[in-house]
This record gives sequence, structure tokens and C-alpha cells, in this order.
Amino acid sequence: MRALLLRDLRLAIRAGGGFGLGLAFFLIVTVLVPFGVGPQTELLSRIAPGILWIGALLACLLSLDRILALDWEDGSLDLLATAPLPMEGIVTVKAFAHWITTGLPLVLAAPVLGVLLSLPIPAYQWVVISLAVGTPALSVIGTFGAALTVGIKRGGLLMSLLVLPLYVPTLIFGAEVARRGAEGLTVQTPLLLLAGISFGVIALLPFASAAVLRINLR
Amino acid sequence: MVLSVRDLAVTRGGLAILEGVSFDLAAGEALVLRGPNGVGKTTLLRSVAGLQPPEMGTVTGAEDQIAYAGHSDGLKAMLSVTENLRFWASVFGLSDIEPALVAFDLTDLRDRMAGTLSAGQKRRLGLARLMVTGRPIWVLDEPTVSLDVASVALFAEAVRTHLRGGGSALMATHIDLGLTEATVVDLTPFKAAPRTRSMDEAFL
Repeated sequence: MRALLLRDLRLAIRAGGGFGLGLAFFLIVTVLVPFGVGPQTELLSRIAPGILWIGALLACLLSLDRILALDWEDGSLDLLATAPLPMEGIVTVKAFAHWITTGLPLVLAAPVLGVLLSLPIPAYQWVVISLAVGTPALSVIGTFGAALTVGIKRGGLLMSLLVLPLYVPTLIFGAEVARRGAEGLTVQTPLLLLAGISFGVIALLPFASAAVLRINLR
Repeated sequence: MVLSVRDLAVTRGGLAILEGVSFDLAAGEALVLRGPNGVGKTTLLRSVAGLQPPEMGTVTGAEDQIAYAGHSDGLKAMLSVTENLRFWASVFGLSDIEPALVAFDLTDLRDRMAGTLSAGQKRRLGLARLMVTGRPIWVLDEPTVSLDVASVALFAEAVRTHLRGGGSALMATHIDLGLTEATVVDLTPFKAAPRTRSMDEAFL
């Protein structure tokens, strides 16, 4: 398991591995939004938490098809399936590696990019906390989508269509935590629900992903 | 018997292609599958390796004993030769990759990126992976593709060493490896009578 995680991380930072791709996309989106909205600082700071969440979500989506498709193309997935690792473990490790290379940098970059969107001061900590709690769910759900579409040529678009609706609850509660935080309201309920979603998908979805993958490998 | 296949029937794309295949494989034994293109060698090997559930019949003794090598080598272009091998070794809980590098004449290439190797060198690296799995049964699908004569000899020697060490090998190949001790099984007589699956099953 550790070997697989280290290999995935190493591959991500080597040339063509796609590390930083999601981060760069996140940066571009948050830079473009103020241009689109125009010089209305008040409006911008009101929508900033939601923009940051949507940006993070799309950046996450961008790198999902690399999670399993590359291993499927070069045959590693077949070989991993015959290795002594359980399939559930393989998909969990792959999701975790995706979170480290995509989700974690987004969490760390969010406060910096918040400045560009004139994010209200009290919202900073809640944007970071909500992203830190929510992005693992994005990676795990995304791995499920990747498992569903593995082996389909140009499956990226189909995967987006499958995965984006599944992201809705995470987005709603994540953005709600950030919004309530920005307005100084209590965030307990949405934060607990967000954490519940994350822990729920981490606990259950690897089994679904593994089952789907076994069928797709036939 | 290390591996025992009884009355196996396999399908490809919902179409039955082989049925009634039975064979046994003992320790130190090699079995070569022959047959024309499309007869179902790859499908049979995938079923034996557990990647695909058989339509009928049983495969016993395969659980956690098989090192499978398919058409693709499962190499990462951006990892070096040693990194690729080390990864597979640690997945299978081993650490020593030197014998594999020596057996497949990869010591001079050890620090090269796998993406910069030639097709034959990649294949050699893919086959060297078998040696770092420590598994007793090698299941090989066309292992000699893109290998030159010298490399085929290296591979045959590696198989022979594996057999002498109590391992066994099941392979689909058209090339004569000079493995005199290998039993040859022709799959043509096991070809399934043409029939399609029922409509119900197609939607399940």
C-alpha cells in the first residue's frame, strides 16, 4: 500500500504527472472571476466563498481521469489486481494520492486566492476548514467516477457528467460553511453535515469503486 | 498439483469461445498453450489469473499464487528501470531486485527511464517483474513479443531456473522456446460451439 502511494506521488511530481495542474486552473478561475464581475468589491466579497468552492471543485474534476485511466492504459491495473493488495485498498490509496496532489494544494492556496476575491476577513478560516473537510470527499467520489469510466475511450466527459451531480451535497454544505462563516453566523450544522458526507463516502465508496473496477477489468 | 483447471468455459464479449478445458500443472512443470489467433488463449489465461470469472468450471490453487504478465508490461514511463522493479517488488513484499536485473540483462539500463527503452527492452523489464513477485506460478501471455533471439534465450533460461526452483509456468506462445520439458496443449479442439448468451443476461 505504501509503495503504491509513494509511486503515485512520485509519478505526479515527475514531468507530465499533472501535479499543479489543478492548482493552476484554480488560480486562473479565481483571477478571471473579478474580471467578469467588474469593479464591485462588495458583490465580489459576497460571492467569494462560493467561487472558491466551485473553483476547487472544478480543479479537482480536471485531474480525476488520471487516477485510474493511466494505470489501465499501460496494464498496471491488471497487474495490481493480481497483486496481494485488496482492490478496496488500491482505490483508497489512489484517492488519497489524488487528494495529496490536488486537494491539499487547493486547501493551502485558497486563503491566498481569497485576497483576489476580497474575501471577508472572518471567512478565511472557514474557507480553509470547509475545503480541508470537503476535498477528501471530492477525491473519493471522483475515484468512484474514474472506476466507472475506466476503459472507455475519451471517458473524461462522461465521468464529469456522472461525478458532478454527486458533488452537489459536498458543494452545498461546503459553501454554506464558508458563507455562514463570512457573515459571522454559527457554522456547526453545515460543518457537521459536510464532515458526515466526507466520512460516509470515505467509509463506503471504496467498496463500490472496487466492485465496479473488478467488473470493468473483465 | 499446484494448479488444476477443470472443465473451464470462458467467454469473450458475451460469446462463448472455449469450453471443457481441463489441465493440471505440477511444481517444476511448464505448459504451453497453442492455437490460432482468436481461439481464446488470452481469455483463458485471464480467467486462470482471476481477472475474469469463468463461465463454467473451476480453477483451483490459483489464489495468491499467480504472477500474471499480459500483453502490456505495466511500466511507468517516468520511472527508472530500478524504480519500476522496486515498486513491484515491494507490492509483493520483497525487496531484492538484483537477480531479476541480472537475469534479463538490465544492469546497464538500471537508471534509464522506462519510457526511453526500446520495445524489446521494455518487454525484458516487464518479464523481469515476474522474478520480483516471488509467486510460484507464472502465467504468461505471448511473453516473447518484440524480443530478439538472444533475449528469447535469456527468457527461456529464466523460465528454466524458475522451474528448477520448484515453480511452474503456464504460457501462450507461438515461438519454440527450446523448453523440451514443456507440455504443449492445443486449444483448437476445445473451441465452443457457436451460441450467443440469452437476451436477459446481456442486460444484467
